[in-house]
Amino acid sequence: MNLQGILAIYIYEMNRSFRTLIQSLVSPVLSTMLYFIVFGAAIGSRMEMIDGVSYGAFIVPGLIMLTVQMQSVANASFGIYFPKFIGTTYELLSAPLSFIEIVIGYVGAAATKSFSIGIIILLTSNLFVNIDIIHPFFMIFFLLITCITFSLLGFIIGIISDNFEQLNIVPMLIITPLVFLGGSFYTINMLPEFWQNIALLNPAVYLISGFRWAFFGIGDVPITTSVFTILTFTSLCVLVIWRIFKTGYKIKT
Amino acid sequence: MKIIVSIKNLKKIYKNNLVAIKNLNLDIFEGEIIALLGPNGAGKTTLISTICGLSSITSGSIKVNNFDVVDDYRKTREIIGLVPQELALEPFEKVINSIKFSRRLFGKKDDPIYLDNLLKKLHLFDKKNETIKALSGGMKRRVLIAKALSHNPKILFLDEPTAGVDVELRKDMWDIIKELKKDGVTIILTTHYIEEAEMIADRIGIINNGDLLLVEEKQSLIKRMSIKTLKVNLKKSIAKIPDKLKSYKLKLDVHGNYFLYNYKTGTKKTGITSLLSDMGSIGMELQDIQTKQTSLEDIFVKIIKD
Repeated sequence: MNLQGILAIYIYEMNRSFRTLIQSLVSPVLSTMLYFIVFGAAIGSRMEMIDGVSYGAFIVPGLIMLTVQMQSVANASFGIYFPKFIGTTYELLSAPLSFIEIVIGYVGAAATKSFSIGIIILLTSNLFVNIDIIHPFFMIFFLLITCITFSLLGFIIGIISDNFEQLNIVPMLIITPLVFLGGSFYTINMLPEFWQNIALLNPAVYLISGFRWAFFGIGDVPITTSVFTILTFTSLCVLVIWRIFKTGYKIKT
Repeated sequence: MKIIVSIKNLKKIYKNNLVAIKNLNLDIFEGEIIALLGPNGAGKTTLISTICGLSSITSGSIKVNNFDVVDDYRKTREIIGLVPQELALEPFEKVINSIKFSRRLFGKKDDPIYLDNLLKKLHLFDKKNETIKALSGGMKRRVLIAKALSHNPKILFLDEPTAGVDVELRKDMWDIIKELKKDGVTIILTTHYIEEAEMIADRIGIINNGDLLLVEEKQSLIKRMSIKTLKVNLKKSIAKIPDKLKSYKLKLDVHGNYFLYNYKTGTKKTGITSLLSDMGSIGMELQDIQTKQTSLEDIFVKIIKD
């Protein structure tokens, strides 16, 4: 195992974030805080409790999920796309690094960044609402696995994208709608029965539900289903990346 | 001499069915400088890419230091440094950080003394804390070389290292390459500039349309294929070549003021003495004589055309 190589990629990526701290950290945290102010404090104060949880607290897990998923995809996709764009991937490919090591470096850095953002949002949300986390360790585990999985997805997007527009298509047109409609701001029980069944086709429902269960012990689907979903998604991403490196798709000529 | 890179029956066909390399065989010896010459699209960069791991191999095998580049890629890549054709650098990174990054990718810990010496050797030391975007094109190319040498490789691939750089910088690069050779580094460079190959290479390979047309010691190639031309300026112009001199196949100037005589340098008898003697015997007086040797460029053009 080339640990120095992994560390090189990891540190390089983390340094890139520190160079653009406002974009990397301040911007996503500020955006989420605005959601809290609008949906939590302003509108939420007029909403009734959901399963015994105040609306302001209820949306915290969903908003964290929304941000970490978007950030994981954005960080990881840009992390690998930028070297492709400026032509420096030759260094990675000509170095004694396996595909696993390259993925650990990039995905590890992207997941670290989004995990940190998730934790910062959680801490700052305490300024607006009182939150008691019922299953804190599970919450950490679920947050971490979500960050890793969506960073893997971002890595895939970064590799297959040929331009900046393609880089933004999946986060903007697929992930954002799925997470918004996946119960970030409501429980799917609030939907008419037909739309409840449709919502169950949305993988984001299982992730948000699982994360909310860690907070309040309530969810739209059983926690085992949520865990199974996220692990299946993780495995799928790993499989796709393995295939990309095996065939050299969009990496090697 | 020890073979450090051995390429056997290498074939590379791209996904669009373009045959970039056709059944190429080449041995590269430890410590030599080999220049691969060829026009655009000849297959030079593809050849380097397959050795370094940037391109997959369609068929055949490549061994570096007796290890297969596919099966034992870690062992082969750790002794290879690559300088790409393009100025591919992260513009917002500091020079020193960029070089440290390259070294670590190859599994090596920081070595400030080695890296400082490397920067000094490449005249980059005073730029070590500058961001790459602030550097000139020539300096960026030096950074690429520093990155390629950051892990102390035994083999250095330079893909058109002096493309687009001015004459002075090109000569600087040649000096750097010669210094590296003195340190025992095997250097494989591709170039468009015949002058470059002529100045620094030990051996020359000519590639065209994916075929390696020849590989030969530079001096022996020039000697074998070189033709010298003797230009004889006459005191009195002539209308045609006299019958006695017809066997020399002379080319007369349109004004009859001089003629040209081609001869091979590698042969014992050049025919110059007998030509001058025969000229004297028919009363032709010469005013001046000059010789011109064919350059490697003339040889290259001839091989590519053939």
